[in-house]
Parts: sequence; C-alpha cells; structure tokens
Amino acid sequence: MAAKRFPMKLNLKNGQVEMVHGSGGRAMAQLIEEIFVKHFSNDLLNQGNDQAMFHVDAGRMVMSCDGHVISPLFFPGGDIGSLSVHGTVNDVAMSGAKALYLSASFIIEEGYPLADLNRIVESMAAAAKKADVMIVTGDTKVVERGKGDGVFITTTGVGVVPEGVNISGDKAQVGDVVLVSGTMGDHGVAIMSSREGLEFETEILSDSAALNGLITEMVEAVPEIHCLRDPTRGGLATTLNEIALQSVVGMQLVEDDVPVHEDVKAACELLGLDPLYVANEGKLICICAPEHADTLLKVMQNHEYGKNAAIVGKVVDDEHGFVQMETTFGGSRIVDWLAGEQLPRIC
Amino acid sequence: MKYVDEFRDGKLARKLGKAIAQEADDSRTYNLMEFCGGHTHAIFRYGVQDLMPDNVKFVHGPGCPVCVLPIGRIDNAIALVEENDAILCTYGDMMRVPASGRKSLLKAKAAGADVRMVYSTQDALKLAREFPDKEVIFFAIGFETTTPPTAVAIKQAQAQGLKNFTVFCNHVLTPAAIQHILQSPEVREMGAVSIDGFFGPSHVSSVIGTEPYEFFAEEFQRPVVIAGFEPLDVMQSALMLIRQLNEGRSEVENEYTRVVTREGNLKAQSLVAEVFELRREFEWRGLGMVPYSALSIKEEFAEFDAEVRFSVPKIVAYDVKGCECPSILRGVKKPTDCKLFGTVCTPENPMGSCMVSSEGACAAYWSYGRFRQPDVKGGKVIKIEKEAA
Repeated sequence: MAAKRFPMKLNLKNGQVEMVHGSGGRAMAQLIEEIFVKHFSNDLLNQGNDQAMFHVDAGRMVMSCDGHVISPLFFPGGDIGSLSVHGTVNDVAMSGAKALYLSASFIIEEGYPLADLNRIVESMAAAAKKADVMIVTGDTKVVERGKGDGVFITTTGVGVVPEGVNISGDKAQVGDVVLVSGTMGDHGVAIMSSREGLEFETEILSDSAALNGLITEMVEAVPEIHCLRDPTRGGLATTLNEIALQSVVGMQLVEDDVPVHEDVKAACELLGLDPLYVANEGKLICICAPEHADTLLKVMQNHEYGKNAAIVGKVVDDEHGFVQMETTFGGSRIVDWLAGEQLPRIC
Repeated sequence: MKYVDEFRDGKLARKLGKAIAQEADDSRTYNLMEFCGGHTHAIFRYGVQDLMPDNVKFVHGPGCPVCVLPIGRIDNAIALVEENDAILCTYGDMMRVPASGRKSLLKAKAAGADVRMVYSTQDALKLAREFPDKEVIFFAIGFETTTPPTAVAIKQAQAQGLKNFTVFCNHVLTPAAIQHILQSPEVREMGAVSIDGFFGPSHVSSVIGTEPYEFFAEEFQRPVVIAGFEPLDVMQSALMLIRQLNEGRSEVENEYTRVVTREGNLKAQSLVAEVFELRREFEWRGLGMVPYSALSIKEEFAEFDAEVRFSVPKIVAYDVKGCECPSILRGVKKPTDCKLFGTVCTPENPMGSCMVSSEGACAAYWSYGRFRQPDVKGGKVIKIEKEAA
C-alpha cells in the first residue's frame, strides 16, 4: 500500500493559513488538495495541470474577470465565495453567452483561519454547482499578516455566445423599453447592515445570485435583446448612465415603477442613501424593443430570480446621454452618475 | 414606507401646486430662501420647482454645515490628525471638502493619516475606548441639530473618565446666520438679493423651537415658516409664506407641527447650555465673521476641547480663484453663475464646498437639475416630455 501523501490532515477546526501554504511546496499541495480540489472537484481540475484544457465548438467566446475584495467576507445572504462565482458568471452571461468555466485566484492573508477558508470554498463550490459552471483552474498566494484583508478572490469566466445573439451596451435604441429583474439596492444595504461600527437590524439579505439561468431563458424567448447589464457598484443609476453614454441615447425612468424593498427604502432613508445608487449582485437591467417587453417581463417574472421584475422606463432621443426620472412627487430630475463612493468595499 | 410616503404624495402635490398658483399674485415674484441644505436637496430630489408657478422662486441659503465651514478650520483638522498621530473622526461629507493646497481629509487619509468616518458621536466614543493609547479627536460640525449629541458625548467622556477623547468644536447657530444675511449690504441696501421670506429648518427648530426667529421676523419684516424636509412640507410652507406676504404679515409660523413646538426641546437646550458657550464671533464661509454665531466648549469641560489640548492656530485661507461659493452661500449668485461650475468643479472633483455635500446648492444643481440648465457645450435646454395623464 502506498504511503499517504499527507500523513497529517489539515486542521480545519483550529488551523490557520501560514506563509508556507503559498510557497509552492508540499504544504501548498496539501491545501489545494484538501480544500480546493476537494470541493471544486471536476475532471478538468482533477488532472492537476497548471492549466485546464477543454474543447469548444466554433463560434464566439466571451471572457470576463472580476476581483472580489468585499468586507465583511461573510454577510447576510452570502459570502465572498458565492459572490466571486456570481459576479463573474453574471458578467459573462450579460452578453447572452452560456457561461462554461471559471478560474479562481486566491490571495490569502497569513493567519486566516482554515475553517473560514474551507467555508468560503464550500460556498463557492455550491454556487458554481447551482450555476452549472465548473471551476477548472486556480492559483493560491499567501501574503504576510497585515498585507491583505483575510481573503481576496479573483475569478475569470469564459462562455460561448449562441448564434444570432448580439447583446451589447451600445445597442439601446430610441423607443426601447427598460426592464429590471427585481428590487434595487438589496446587496448594498445588506453589506452596510453588517459593517463594523454600523450594525443595524434589518431582515434584508444580499441578492447575490447567478443569473445565467434566467438569461438563457430570456435569450431563448427573445434572441433580439439589445442590452443586458448587471447594476452592481453604482447601482441602477450609474449602469443606465453607462449604457446611455455607450448608445448615445437618453433614458427616462418612472420612480414609482422602480421596485425597491420596503426595508431597503427605510434603511436608505436613515443613512441618507439613494437606492438607485446602491449595489445589486443578483439583478439585471434589460433593454429591448417595445414589442418584446411583455414577453421578457413574463419570462423574468416566472423565474426564481426575476419575480419582482418590472418595466421602469424607456430609451429616448438625447445626444447628451442624460438619464432623467419622473419622481413619485410628479416633478422630474436628472439621475446622474454616482459621485464619490457610497459604501466601502462592497464586492 | 409608512409615515414617509404620505409626505411625498404626487396627487396632493399637484393639488397644492394649483392652490399656490391660485394664491400667488401674478404681478410680483416671491423670492423664498430655504436656509437649510436639507430643503435644497428635497427641492431638487423631488423636482418641487416643476410644480410651482414661475414667479415663485427658491433662493438657496447657507444652511449646509460642511459648506459654511471656512477652509482654515479644515486645514486645522488635517493638522490635528497629522501632527498628533491621532484618530480623527467626523461625519462622511466632511471627508471630501477641499482644504488649502489641494488637500482634504480623504487625501490625508490616503497619505496615511488615521481619519475615520462615523455616523454618530457614540462611534467616536467607542473608538476612544478601543484605542486608549491614541488621541481620538471628534471633528464636530453642524447646526443646532447635531450639537446636543456632541454635548452628550462630552458628558459621557467625562463620566467614563476618558483621557484620550477631545472634540474639535465647529458647531454653528442658525438664527445668527439668517440675521447676518438680512443685515448684509446686498440685501439691505444694494438690492442685489431680494429675499421675501424664509423657510426655517425644521430639525433645528425641533431643538431650539420657533421662538428664536420671532425677533427678526418682526425686526426685518420677513415672514418665516418652519418647514419640514419632505417635499409636501416644502410646498405647504411656500403656500404659507405666500399667504403671509399677500396679507402683509411677517410672522413666524410652524408648518412642522408634528415635531416642532414654540419652545423646542428643553432637555437638549439645557444640555447644550451646560457644555457649550457662545463664541464672540466665528468665521463662516461666504458670510465672513458673524458675531455670536457659533459655540465653543465651556472651561469646565476644557479637557475635552481639542482647541485647548492641542495647538490650533488661526489659519486664514482663501477659496480657489474663481470659486463663487461665498456668493452662492449668500444667495447672491446661482451655481450656474460660477465659471467653475460643471467645468472643473464637479462632485467627482469639487473645488468649492458647495459641490461636496448633497446638501450643497452646487451639488444639487449638478446632480438633479442639470437638464434644466443650458448645457455647458451646446446651450440646449432639455425638458422631460410628459405623457398625457
């Protein structure tokens, strides 16, 4: 019988990450095997090469990467692990592509509890499984205590775009309809509520979720969707401004039609924030021709991640690219880009 | 949202708008100054001006606490944290206000100074308990609304025997500033600014009551209506001011009856009186030296006074050339009259204080009202197309 590679298992109860775990030696191999490979296990990763090799059919591929530095690492409704999968899967999927593979690069601070790292990796694996993507390659670095903030995770995703789908931020056209897939601001408020020094009681959970399943159904129903984007940092307001700038159009929103959770409204009122600028991690903005709006709205509302989907406005002719909004009150105002930072380290 | 949505009801707003249009006399204009940045923010955020007749105009006043703090005091705060290896905590908006030499607290933080944003004085006290070996300085700003919490913190620090907690006090007073504006040459003699009436800040009056305004409503013959911060409050208060003006009255009226009384919060007032005393004068950005317009910490609490424990020299600092913040704060100029507005001065890169806080007139103009202004390049005014109801 061959000797065990690592006679003493990692202490996942009380152990911590040490510099040696990033040194490239046996200790690192053990960390990878007993935490990363154990949870991410798939044929491509398990080959143990420095790269993953896979076959793709001819066509267009998309690639996107996203660094995750959120604080705190565990928050109501998720953690940095699930977030690092959702964030990148969503960025890939917003092109209409089917997300296939992810890479994951970990920068871990010396002294970080192995138990917490294990929890994060478990959560990442569960998120990848639910989103039906594989984590096929990765990297581990350890930095000295005080030189990191627990764990930073960078993920890269690749996917394949179906034939006939051309979704891009510069394709919004005058007369198009603007839809959102649900309530705005849940993620940012959930993070805020758990930030040190600012704890307040709320039932709000982060909306962090992979939207590739929802997008697949939307693209199947209406392959001609013009734009899809997830309103993460900067919220709905900033994302619409980005699209308006790219497409050289204006937008006109109706405040009453923008779904915002009552608790998020209340928290924003208290903290002096505007939910339109607060981050989401499981919502999308869809811009489509008016004749497709109802179909897409139904598809969204029938999906677990689009129950509160709504039509919130339309695309108008405006060379300045202004986003304007009819307020609940009956007046109108500009909805500008986010200035400064509303919240620190939210994703 | 309960108790909030009721005050943002669009249907009621349109009714009120009609009532205002009916009562407002077409042959004159009504220049109504909202003293407080909270009102400025509400007016822009909800598009209140859209619902008002053209001859009712809002004049934006100096009531944004970060806007009126002179640059020298921010220079002082930066020096306090840098020279004393201290933790300086303050409210969020203060962090980005430009100081001399293109510095700000945020930039000092990036350069290594320990500057922290807090949401309340209690957070500052907590820091002082957590870091007993560090000096924790609370950079206190604000009008009468934020003064009682500072008084409470100082009293708690005394009760807890904290030796490392001090307050850099910059609390200022509303009535003194309004009186100063009315006495300014632009208003009194030159006629450059016409102010027919005032919206009094309701949160200030929840502490001081309505009584402190009675003297100058009478003396200067200007009506004052203590107005809540919801958009319907602002409209209702405008109607009350217009009525007073039409009837030739100059009284202090209270629109915000759900909170404000004539005498205010006596407990808060006595706390403030216990801890603070009047400064003989204090510099306001835009207004210059205003007599008896600010508070300092009383001698018996001197150990918690950063100006006593550390060296806080008087710094005379000047605004960026071309910056019209001083005139804008007095209501003499509009943000769009400033050459820097929207060109080099934007919320991302504020040159003047009015562009920093969401309560500043420039930031409100830029963020919410830009479409109303001729575009910087094209000169085109864009109006929202309204669908038939």
